[in-house]
Amino acid sequence: MCNKTKCDKSAFQKSRRKVLKGIAAGVGALALPASNASASVWEAFFQKHFRELDKTELQQVLARLESEYSKEFGKTVNVKATPPIEGVKYGYGLDLSRCIGCRRCVYACVEENNQSRDPQIHWIKVLQLDKEKGVYLDHAEHYYNPAEVPEQGKFYMPIQCQQCENPPCTKVCPVQATWPENDGIVVVDYNWCIGCRYCMAACPYGARHFNWAKSKLPKDEMNPETHYLGNRPRPTGVVEKCTFCVQRTREQPGRYPACEEVCPVGARKFGNLNDPKSEIRYLIENKRVFIFKEDLNTQPKFYYFYAT
Amino acid sequence: MKTHLRRTITFAICVLALCANVVSAAKVEKFFDRAGNLIVQEKVEKYKRRADEGETYPVPPPPFSEDIFPCSECHAEMEPNPERRELVDMHDDIILDHAEGQRWCLDCHNLNDRDTLRLVSGEVIPFTESYRLCGQCHGDKFRDWKVGIHGKRTGYWNGEKQYLLCAHCHNPHSPRFKPLKPMPPPVRPENLNRQGALEETGHQ
Ligand code: HEC
Ligand code: HEC
Ligand code: HEC
Ligand code: HEC
Repeated sequence: MCNKTKCDKSAFQKSRRKVLKGIAAGVGALALPASNASASVWEAFFQKHFRELDKTELQQVLARLESEYSKEFGKTVNVKATPPIEGVKYGYGLDLSRCIGCRRCVYACVEENNQSRDPQIHWIKVLQLDKEKGVYLDHAEHYYNPAEVPEQGKFYMPIQCQQCENPPCTKVCPVQATWPENDGIVVVDYNWCIGCRYCMAACPYGARHFNWAKSKLPKDEMNPETHYLGNRPRPTGVVEKCTFCVQRTREQPGRYPACEEVCPVGARKFGNLNDPKSEIRYLIENKRVFIFKEDLNTQPKFYYFYAT
Repeated sequence: MKTHLRRTITFAICVLALCANVVSAAKVEKFFDRAGNLIVQEKVEKYKRRADEGETYPVPPPPFSEDIFPCSECHAEMEPNPERRELVDMHDDIILDHAEGQRWCLDCHNLNDRDTLRLVSGEVIPFTESYRLCGQCHGDKFRDWKVGIHGKRTGYWNGEKQYLLCAHCHNPHSPRFKPLKPMPPPVRPENLNRQGALEETGHQ
């Protein structure tokens, strides 16, 4: 791979972009919508990259999606595109001395973020580990299913997107369909993603997931408060991931992510890294903290810590 | 002479510090370092006898069972009975499993007004401030609780917050956190239903 010091990244990216745009156009031609496709399918096909849309174009795209989803799910669906809040950089803390592995967070995430129920997609994975061995993943078990948790001698480590400052996943995307936003959230434009899954291979945390088939999302369980870059229904054949619940956390005032809100033991902490009075800053400054796979220099904004 | 004086003063300060508000208990502490190695070391825990007074925090309503509060509905007419005994006519479901042996109801509840709690100092506090009661003996947890690290705060990450009371998670009478039934494990990859993937995308 390209070494930071050795090659001029931006020049490289620009030229790569041109080349790939050409390739993408060629590939696109093979996959043109069928001749009987509706007008909105054609509109979606020719939609620009999210970051190149101007205000009116964005409004049109959101309106088109809202009417599509509302029809599909039989209720009023809102699609926002709320931008990052100025001066905010999100950070997440997870207290390994508290987590009991109950998986409430996994399912709260599925419901909030409209994940496919079948085939099943979970953005959060909870590992059960031995206290004696520590954070060595070769003895990790994630299908544990005892009558009660926590089990003797075990601890639990939930894993989800680490929202890296230096994300390997976005760099390998051949079409720039995924990028880190100013508030640190790594997002995907599902309308731009071509489903090549390079990003999944590049992510050291297994935090990206592919939509293999038309998702089965029961109408009555569909969460109609959505964000373009977050929990709106995904088309087949694209990659999706945790966004720190962008649809909730960018509100004013900002709600907590669904996983943090549901946690029965209070192991999950969330806040603004730029705010010295936030609980995330407190725990970074006062508790034993570790970064998962720190040696890879991905610079996660997800901090595992021990309160006791 | 000078050294002697200094030593005496130092000793006096130490004694004062010990008497003032700190009791120490040795305890083994286990944790993992950043590389994931298990570290075992002796730890000295400091319990502050008294929580900081006067500070209050917004909390949701205390988690009383139905029809139990206000307590005065029954207790106003009753003769308070400070005697330590087995309760039979009422509250026989309450089993003290909280540093038992040393503890009785009226260490925490107020004999003269059952709708309130009572601190060791004699100060009477409402149930919405029960964290101060707990904080008398669990100073380390109380400190973490105040900054949102132990327990949890609800509300908005950049707006108003509420603190869950200790009692929302710990039954004051038997405070060990109760184990939970885990939600179902994920489907194993080999059993994932990927049917229809190709037809749906339209790609070859
Ligand atoms: C360690 C302090 C402590 C001790 C000891 C204690 N209590 Fe409590 N008790 C509390 C606190 C704090 C609450 C408030 C719980 C809440 O906020 O819902 C409470 C709640 C109660 C309630 C209401 C329970 C409900 O179902 O909502 C009753 C009744 C009660 N206590 C009776 C007793 C009796 C009887 C004893 C002695 C056998 C006792 N308590 C000992 C602290 C204590
Ligand atoms: C339905 C009536 C009723 C209610 C409501 C009630 N109590 Fe009681 N309580 C009793 C009775 C009766 C006894 C005496 C039981 C015995 O002696 O066997 C008692 C005894 C106690 C005692 C033991 C000391 C004493 O005075 O006998 C405590 C402490 C106590 N109650 C606390 C509470 C608290 C705190 C609440 C409210 C959270 C509460 N009770 C609500 C009926 C009630
Ligand atoms: C008078 C002192 C005192 C007060 C007040 C007190 N505790 Fe305790 N608590 C103790 C002691 C002593 C222990 C036992 C410590 C141990 O076993 O390590 C304990 C243990 C606990 C434990 C651990 C239980 C376990 O088995 O793991 C919890 C949780 C707890 N207390 C919560 C509370 C809460 C919540 C309150 C307030 C309603 C409270 N305590 C008030 C003295 C107190
Ligand atoms: C959101 C739920 C929650 C709240 C609120 C909460 N705790 Fe806890 N507490 C826990 C959990 C979970 C544990 C760990 C229990 C375990 O590992 O078995 C714990 C453990 C403890 C322990 C045992 C010591 C230890 O390190 O395991 C004490 C003492 C304690 N809490 C006191 C308090 C006090 C005092 C308050 C209020 C100031 C409080 N807790 C508020 C969830 C909570």
